[in-house]
Amino acid sequence: MKVGLFIPCYIDQFYPKVAIATLNLLEKVGCEVSYPLQQTCCGQPMANSGFEHLTGGCNENFVRNFADYEYIVSPSGSCTLHIKHHLHSVNEEVAKGIRSRVYELTEFLTDILHVSALNATFPYKVGLHQSCHGQRGLGLAQMSELVAPPFSKPVQLLNLVNGLELVQLDRRDECCGFGGTFCVTEEAVSVKMGKDRVADHLRHGVNYITGVDVSCLMHMEGILKRANSTVQVKHIAEILTATL
Amino acid sequence: MNKQLTLDHADAAVEFNKNEAKVDWHDETLWFVRTKRDRAVAQIPEWEQLREAASQIKNHVLSNMHDLLIQFEQNAIRNGIKVHWAADGEEHNAIIHQIIQQAGATQLVKSKSMLTEECHLNKYLIDKGIDVIDSDLGERIVQMRGEPPSHIVLPAIHLTKADVGETFHQHLGTDKGATDPQYLTEAARQHLRETFLTRKVALTGVNFAIAETGGFVVCTNEGNADMGAHLADVHIAAMGFEKVIPRAEHLGVFLRLLARSATGQPITTFSSHFHRPRSGQEMHIVIVDNGRSRQLGRPDFRNSLKCIRCAACLNTCPVYRRSGGFSYHSAVAGPIGSILAPNLDMKQNADLPFASTLCGSCSNVCPVKIDIHEQLYKWRQVLMQEGYGPTTKTVAMKAMATVLESPRLYRMAGKVGRGVLRFAPITVENGLNPWYNQRDMPEPPAESFHDWYVNQKKA
Repeated sequence: MKVGLFIPCYIDQFYPKVAIATLNLLEKVGCEVSYPLQQTCCGQPMANSGFEHLTGGCNENFVRNFADYEYIVSPSGSCTLHIKHHLHSVNEEVAKGIRSRVYELTEFLTDILHVSALNATFPYKVGLHQSCHGQRGLGLAQMSELVAPPFSKPVQLLNLVNGLELVQLDRRDECCGFGGTFCVTEEAVSVKMGKDRVADHLRHGVNYITGVDVSCLMHMEGILKRANSTVQVKHIAEILTATL
Repeated sequence: MNKQLTLDHADAAVEFNKNEAKVDWHDETLWFVRTKRDRAVAQIPEWEQLREAASQIKNHVLSNMHDLLIQFEQNAIRNGIKVHWAADGEEHNAIIHQIIQQAGATQLVKSKSMLTEECHLNKYLIDKGIDVIDSDLGERIVQMRGEPPSHIVLPAIHLTKADVGETFHQHLGTDKGATDPQYLTEAARQHLRETFLTRKVALTGVNFAIAETGGFVVCTNEGNADMGAHLADVHIAAMGFEKVIPRAEHLGVFLRLLARSATGQPITTFSSHFHRPRSGQEMHIVIVDNGRSRQLGRPDFRNSLKCIRCAACLNTCPVYRRSGGFSYHSAVAGPIGSILAPNLDMKQNADLPFASTLCGSCSNVCPVKIDIHEQLYKWRQVLMQEGYGPTTKTVAMKAMATVLESPRLYRMAGKVGRGVLRFAPITVENGLNPWYNQRDMPEPPAESFHDWYVNQKKA
């Protein structure tokens, strides 16, 4: 299966280990993965700030990089959602095709590849942060607001990891407060939300906080480090490829 | 005047967050209401179908607004209700003032109405020499304090028992330092009883106006709407025109949704049906536009008019819970207020659609399925294109777009940025960086993924 790897800009620049883990994971489950070298950003920072009209250049660049792939996979629910909902192009047919073929990593593993076994071991207590764009936007997991049976694609995968103990949080799908540029324009609320989100994990004695969005994890990592906590964050791809 | 009300959302939130213990209390209290709502809706297996039914009924209403309002007016007049139309808040206030004057009254007892908050009725009437008393307990408390409500269902949720005790001590003469809810409630009860018994004109809101019957329904938990309206010679009901529903049978959908979404109750304690004035009584209804027809004409935003004012989106909103109602500086706070307020005044309320992480919880908790977070996103686009953003932001966004649409510039900027963080962290790790104030920066790696990938391939 040919996959175009879409690595969001901040992962490329600050968390290359997450991108490497994603690449390894996809190859491990049998995909032929290419990373188009001229990719930059999905355009979400501008669009969520009200400047979607400035994202034309980013869109065309995205289209140039990914038009030819059967599947486009990304280790970020938020960026995937942005492409799925807001990618447009002068060649709208091509953009439409890309919008229908872009997948967040965990949904690709569960829905397309139907992964049922992983040779991974991670013997720690882990808290899962359900990032909002992935959960509510892409439908990666059932949300607590709806009256419907529960499911979670990230949990389904984490349950395949040997030794991993997933904790139950008090608020299982509360936003962490990152929110893109919200984290700086609304610093007070953003930080308070992050502190509260982290506190829920700490109350349940986690060793690691994981999630499908590095942006949320980066925010919580910043708060954990400032508090000199020993709890670490790891993107789900790093845990799904972990060995002893 | 509360300082928060005059600031934009982010600055008001800074004020609110100065007392972290109170923020925690506010958050936990509202989260408690949200979880109570979750338990109450889980008791209804067909909850999602009910939401869909409500949404469809409201779609029908929005598409047939003119006909339904005319039908409602005709039936209301036939019932003996006097119907008034107000184009805006000013006209709404003037009509109500005139009715009070015609009744020869100088006093008004009000039941809860967010529309009158939106139109600033209290201030208008008080300036004209009318004595106005809000009879909903929460509203009465904030009224004594000279504050607007901070929540559309729980108007005094920003106050603690001690705050209420102090307010009652000042205004009702209760013992100083008293916090016992029973004692304080009894004092309020005696005070309001006197009000109900003596006021000749009563005003209520309208939760649902039924086109088919010309009657309307008012929902309260305290029975204060009934106490006011039943004892007064004149009953004035104020309604935004979107409150109309086609038929009485639709109440079965909305009344099941409203209280569960609002407070987690199966139904409000009082759902009072008013159809015609009793013998010797006058009944007026004031139907208000105040920007609603403009909103109805905006395809992206029209279905914000489906709102039944349950406040579920406020309770679930992680931002509202941590910034408080006053930070929205608008009659309707929270996510729904943030999509209604820009319609009233784009310039004044340009900050509100940005007071959200777009987490989407509001849309999914909404009993009438308003796509609130998607409208927040769309308002952001409209407001920035209309030029209501700060110039610095526009310049920054243009620069960002230029860098991100060019792979070469992007890689160069990335390299420089990581280099700065690695070798001269002081340039970003300072008090001018709103990320760094309360969070550590991520540790920059020597190599981007792009560079690693290229090097790997060479190897």
